[in-house]
Amino acid sequence: MSQLVCKDLVLGYEGHVVQQDVNFSVERGDYLCIVGENGSGKSTLMKTVLGLNKPMGGTITFGDGLRNNEVGYLPQQTQVQRDFPATVWEIVLSGCQARNGAHPFYGKEAKALARQNMEKMHITQFSKRCYRELSGGQQQRVLLARALCATQKLLLLDEPVSGLDPKVTAEMYGLIERLNREDKVTIIMVSHDIGAAVHYANKILHVGSTMFFGTTQEYRRSAIGARFLAEEGDDKNA
Amino acid sequence: MTKMLETLKMYLQFPFVQYALIVGTLIALCSSLLGVTLVLKRFSFIGDGLSHVAFAAMAVAGVLHLSNDMLFTMPVTVLCAVLLLRAGQNSRIKGDAAIALISVSTMAIGYLLLNLFSTSSNLSGDVCSTLFGSTSILTLSQTEVWLCIALSVVVVAVFILFYNKIFAVTFDESFAHSCGTRVESYNLLIAVVVAVIIVLAMNLVGSLLISALIIFPAMSAMRVFKSFKSVTICSAVLSVCCALIGILVSIVAGTPVGSTIVGVDIIAFLVFCLIPAIRRRA
Repeated sequence: MSQLVCKDLVLGYEGHVVQQDVNFSVERGDYLCIVGENGSGKSTLMKTVLGLNKPMGGTITFGDGLRNNEVGYLPQQTQVQRDFPATVWEIVLSGCQARNGAHPFYGKEAKALARQNMEKMHITQFSKRCYRELSGGQQQRVLLARALCATQKLLLLDEPVSGLDPKVTAEMYGLIERLNREDKVTIIMVSHDIGAAVHYANKILHVGSTMFFGTTQEYRRSAIGARFLAEEGDDKNA
Repeated sequence: MTKMLETLKMYLQFPFVQYALIVGTLIALCSSLLGVTLVLKRFSFIGDGLSHVAFAAMAVAGVLHLSNDMLFTMPVTVLCAVLLLRAGQNSRIKGDAAIALISVSTMAIGYLLLNLFSTSSNLSGDVCSTLFGSTSILTLSQTEVWLCIALSVVVVAVFILFYNKIFAVTFDESFAHSCGTRVESYNLLIAVVVAVIIVLAMNLVGSLLISALIIFPAMSAMRVFKSFKSVTICSAVLSVCCALIGILVSIVAGTPVGSTIVGVDIIAFLVFCLIPAIRRRA
């Protein structure tokens, strides 16, 4: 059974349709990249899966023991966060909020989990540091550790490498790949980086005027995939 | 100096001065707690908007000759707080404009009503004390003091109980939502608590200066401290100290209570702004 199935999804907000006929499914351990032009509805799709936006049509079904609050989310950074006075520890611990339920304070278990995920993301040494003083890559690792506190099953990453330099980007991809391979965390990633997408992902969802969903090999062979890869390749060479 | 202390000692024996100190401390504590969240959520101005609403509500209560105007002011302000936060959630610019609209229109209506229907012989005095809270804190009755204590206890209890959720919702609404945290409910809770604090603080600093009480301690603490917890604790302590100093100075020097407290807050802010620079030198 699939962890997540989206069927005939219509995306949009405030009565305005952004994208329709979105169909895809994700199995445990998959690494799905969502690619497409700007404004094609990638971020809206992400928010709809998370329940932040209501779908205007179609269905989203969670299965394989996954509940809809067991999705770890790595959002794009907001302006508010850039000057937020909070330590790394406080932020990672806030990932345990779902686990805590109605209990107002974090228990030993939550704290142990936060510590464990900080080690996994190599940010234990920043524990007492202020979030706004960290570099972009370090901040992303903090948010990734927080997402891991929310779930060990499915991570949704919204452009996790945007604004990072090439070296840090490679490190970030490495961390995500290890989570996928070793910890069997299912990854769904919105990405602009088509080269990395076809390199790391086993499935591709292309949203736009033409839709595509399938394995990475199929995507490379498809007309839309070949065209998109060539265009992006040109951009990089230019 | 000894003469000043003597005067202070004499004044402190009066129950109305004791009441003023108790109420002032509690209000300063409550208003500083949510200040950090409001500043970070870019809702700094909501305090100002709501205080104008409370001003209009007080005017209406005065016109209707209600014996306890808080019973009328409180629900009206809470309702407006809810409406404002709702507007702010959909889009920031709309929220901003909504606050400006509500704040000026309620101000105008309030003053208009007071002018048309006032029975008081000293209208401008009444308006001035509602706007700047000049005397009302020194004329508190015992019931008002108890009401203030009760509400403050509720505010502090709510804040401590929901501290972790408030942090989560302030830092990242989208993430909190994805974890199944009921973000809207917590925003509503924040709005209601802010409204309660503002109606309480009307007595202390008057409606024009409430924003200062909410924003200054948080801003000062954010200059120096780096964790959410230490910023919150520092702003609470700072706010209480400034309020106490302000009230005592105003008693001795005979200055208006509200503006003296805000004056002390401003000085504290400037000092806190200098601390990081001094630290870097050292």
